[in-house]
Amino acid sequence: MVPDEDRVFKALADGSRRQLLDRLRTRGGLTLGELCQGHDMTRQAVTKHLVLLEAANLVVSVKQGRAKLHYLNPVPIHDIYMRWIGKFERKQVQALFNLKQALKENE
Amino acid sequence: MIMNKPELIYTTYIRTTPEKLWNAIINPEFTRQYWGGNENISDWKPGSKWVHATGDRDRVIRVTGKVVESVPPKRLVLTWADPAKEGDVSRVTFQIEPVEDEVRLDVIHGDFQPGSDMMTRVSGGWPRVLSSLKSFLETGVPLKSAACSSRQAVAAHS
Repeated sequence: MVPDEDRVFKALADGSRRQLLDRLRTRGGLTLGELCQGHDMTRQAVTKHLVLLEAANLVVSVKQGRAKLHYLNPVPIHDIYMRWIGKFERKQVQALFNLKQALKENE
Repeated sequence: MIMNKPELIYTTYIRTTPEKLWNAIINPEFTRQYWGGNENISDWKPGSKWVHATGDRDRVIRVTGKVVESVPPKRLVLTWADPAKEGDVSRVTFQIEPVEDEVRLDVIHGDFQPGSDMMTRVSGGWPRVLSSLKSFLETGVPLKSAACSSRQAVAAHS
């Protein structure tokens, strides 16, 4: 199954799934069991979310013995970024982002 | 199956053929166009040396290593080091696999030396290189930000 952009946006349109991506960004190579720890989600819910994230190519898994390790794959998000931002407005958007960060820190 | 736990994995699906994708990775004429202006140079035989060098007259070597495995058009395994620090070696695997009418490319970068900063140095660059490679193969045009600058260190991950 080849992932398309619709799948990426649908997969990202959910807070729990974004939380799982955050976990994998901090540390790659987590098993299902490790991803379930410290969550109020059931194992079943996490499994369901992972299926959608993998179908969108936002999560990639590799088998190591009997364990399945999960990794964040940022390439589809980078493709989206390049399509609408990267070619033209990168510097302006970065400047606005920096301004926002600076204002937040001053709060 | 992968023996050691890999640290970085990047995957992209490209509308192309495995042969074209393989050629885009090993042919300096092509790498120069989408990979930070740099060329991948080797005879791509197991045991041979390979370099990732700037495509200009200076030919500055950014990355160097050995070809570990070469199975065209499916699997290429390379060691990866900064020429200024050849002991700080890691390993990159390219896996190419047709899926329906597209081709899936996995880039696995792992086996980093303890205490090495190589993982941080390359982690931002791979998504850029893969997005640019996808654009190059699908439209014939690489993405500007990944294609032009060849100044920064390792891997034209600039």
